[in-house]
Amino acid sequence: MGYHTIVIGGGVAGMQCASELLRQGVAVTILEKESELGGKIRNWHKLFPTFTPAEEVLAELRSRLISSPNLAVRTGCEAAKIASDRVVLTSGEVLECDSVVVATGFTLFDAKVKEEYGYGIYDNVITSADLERMFNEGAVRLKSGVTPRRIAILHCVGSRDEKVCQRHCSKVCCVTGVKQAMELKRMFPGADIFNFYMDIRMFGPGYEEMYREAQVDYNVHFVRGRISEVSPTIDCRLQIKAEDTLTGRPLKMAVDMLVLLVGMKSNALNENLVAECGLKAQPSGFMQPRDSFLHNVESNREGIFYAGAVTAPKNVGESMNEGTAAARAVVEWLAKR
Amino acid sequence: MKRSSWTDYQKDIADDNYYYARSCIRQNFFPGSEKVFLDILSKDLGRDIYDDPLHTSCTGIGYHSDVVPLETIMTVVARQFALMSEAGYENFTSSCITSFGIYTELLATWEEFPELEERTRENLFKATGREFKVPKNLAHTSDVMFHHREEIARKAKRKLVNVYTGEPLKVVEHIGCHYAKIFPKKGIGGSEFPYVLAGMVESWGGEIVDYPERRHCCGFGFRNYLVQANRGYSIANSQRKLESMAPYKPDFIVCNCPGCSMFLDKWQYTLAEMEGTTYGQNGAGIPVLTYEEMAGLVLGYDPWELGMQMHQVDVEPLLDKMGVEYDPSAKYLGGDGKYIGRPESAIVNSCSQEVLYKMKK
Repeated sequence: MGYHTIVIGGGVAGMQCASELLRQGVAVTILEKESELGGKIRNWHKLFPTFTPAEEVLAELRSRLISSPNLAVRTGCEAAKIASDRVVLTSGEVLECDSVVVATGFTLFDAKVKEEYGYGIYDNVITSADLERMFNEGAVRLKSGVTPRRIAILHCVGSRDEKVCQRHCSKVCCVTGVKQAMELKRMFPGADIFNFYMDIRMFGPGYEEMYREAQVDYNVHFVRGRISEVSPTIDCRLQIKAEDTLTGRPLKMAVDMLVLLVGMKSNALNENLVAECGLKAQPSGFMQPRDSFLHNVESNREGIFYAGAVTAPKNVGESMNEGTAAARAVVEWLAKR
Repeated sequence: MKRSSWTDYQKDIADDNYYYARSCIRQNFFPGSEKVFLDILSKDLGRDIYDDPLHTSCTGIGYHSDVVPLETIMTVVARQFALMSEAGYENFTSSCITSFGIYTELLATWEEFPELEERTRENLFKATGREFKVPKNLAHTSDVMFHHREEIARKAKRKLVNVYTGEPLKVVEHIGCHYAKIFPKKGIGGSEFPYVLAGMVESWGGEIVDYPERRHCCGFGFRNYLVQANRGYSIANSQRKLESMAPYKPDFIVCNCPGCSMFLDKWQYTLAEMEGTTYGQNGAGIPVLTYEEMAGLVLGYDPWELGMQMHQVDVEPLLDKMGVEYDPSAKYLGGDGKYIGRPESAIVNSCSQEVLYKMKK
C-alpha cells in the first residue's frame, strides 16, 4: 500500500495495533516515551482472571513485531503536536505520515494525593503497582524484612472519588484486588487478607467466579467500606479506621501492610492533545472518541485514531482488541482517501 | 515520620505589623499565653503587633452551635476587619482556632458569593457606620509563631531537650480541627500531616510523637461538650486519645487551639478522679502546653509569668526535665505578689488515691 502510520504509545494497545497494521502492509513507526516497549504491564506480574504471566503476553506481542522490516521503533521520545499527516516531537523533530493512532494509555493515580492513607510516609503502605513489582521480585516483605501476616487491600484509591476529581470508575481495580489477594494467599497461606470495597464490580468473564473462589477457597475477607485514615502503631504496624457499611459500625484494626488499589487517571498528555491538536476530551480527562458505538476508535479529527485506555479505563484484553480495531479503521480510512 | 508532604502546603504569613484578635476563652484557662505571645512578638522579635481592646468575640462557638445565624456572624467579622482597617493594619492574626476557621470560611464564602460580602457591607454600615477592607494576610497566631520559629531558635535560652539524658523531649502535637480540616490549603502542612506545631518542636530541639489517634478530636467538638448530656462523649474521646498516646511516654502535649489545650488538660484530672487512671510518667498526668508557653519556656520566660500554675496537670516534672529554674513558693502568687489560692491535691498530680477519697468523704 505504501502508507505510513505513526502509533504513539508502545503499550499493549499500541503494539497490537502496530502488528495488525504491519500485517496489512502499512509501515509503522511506534513512538514510546520509555526506554522499551511494553507499557504498564511491563511491571505487572500476572494478569486476571487466568493468572497468565504478563511477560508471556508481552513476549508474544514483541515477537509479532520483531521480524518486520516496515517497523521503526523510537523509544525515549514524546509527541508534542499531532496532525493526521505529521507528528512533531518534543525535540522539535517532525515525522511525516499518512495517519496517526494515539495509544498513550493512562496515568496511574498518585496515591500520595490521598494523604490520609500515608503513602510515602508510612513504610508499609504500598500501591497495587508496588505489589506487582514485589511479586516480580519474588518476595513480598515489610520494610523490616519480615513477612506480613495481616494485609488490607483498599479499593477505589483515586477512583469514584469526587474529592480528588476522579469521578469515574477505573474498572479493573476490583478484580485486581481479588487477584492480588489470591496471589498473597498463595504466597502466605496463613495470612489474613481484607479487601475494603465500595462495590465489587466483576464485569468480565470469569471475574465473578474468581471473586467467589477468593472467598470460598482462599478465605479472603471482604468488607464493604472505605478506609478513612491510616496511622502508625507503637509496634510499627498500621492502624486503619473504616466503617463496615453492611453492619453500620465503625471498625478499627491493625495490619502489617496496606495495599492501595490505585486507579487509572487520564493521561497527563491528554490536555496537550486538546490544547494543541484540536482533539476532544471527556469530562473525566480521557479522550473522546467520535462516538461510543460505530466510531469508537476514531477521534473527532480525520486520520487520527485511538486505541486502548487513552479513551477510558480498560483491561489488557480490551486494549488489545481496540488495537486491532484501530488498525482496521486506519486501513479502511487510508484506502478511502 | 517522613513529613515531607508539609512543603506542599505553604501559605504566606506576614512578617510584621499584625492586628491581634484575642480568643474568648483562653484568658481564663491559659491566662499568660496571649500576653506572652504579644511580648515575644514585640519584645523578643521586635515586631509591631496591635492588641485592640475594641474587638469582640467572633461568635464562632455560637455559630457552630446554631444559635448565631450566618448573617450575624458575617457582620461581626466584618466589624473586626473594620477595626483592623481603622487601626491602620492589613495583617489579621487570630489567637483562636475557631475564629481562624470562621475568618477563613467567611473570606472563602465572600470570594465564592460576592453578593454576600456586599450585603454584609450594607449590614455593617447600617448597624455601625463602619466600612472594612478584607485582610491582606490572615494567619493564626501559631502560623505567626511558626514563621518566626528559626529566629526564636537563635534566641533560645534552652531547648526542648531532657537535660538529664540529652535526648530530645517527646512531644505530642495536637492541632485544632478548625485549623486546616475545613480548608487544608490554609494550614501549614494541610490537614492530614500538619506541620505548624511540629515545625516549632523540631526547630527547638524536640521530637514529635506520631501515634494511632493523632488526628482524633480532643473531645471538645462543640456540641459534644456544650450540650450537657453529651459530655460523656466528650471525655470518652479525650480518653481515647490519651490512651493511644500514653505508650509513647510523651513528655508533654502542645496544642494550638483554646479548646484542645483546655480539654486535654482538664479531662485528665476528671479521668483520674473518675477511674484513678493517669497517662503520664511516674503516676502523673501529661502536661499540656500552649505553643506560646512552649515558646516562652524556650526563650527563658518564668513559668509562673507564663501562667502555667493554672494548669490542671502540674508542669513541674517537665520544667525539671528542661532544666528550667523556678521558685516553687512563687507558684501561687499573682502578678501583684498576692496569694491566689492553691488547688487541692489531685490524683493526676500523683496524689495518692487513698488521700483523695478521704478528702471527698
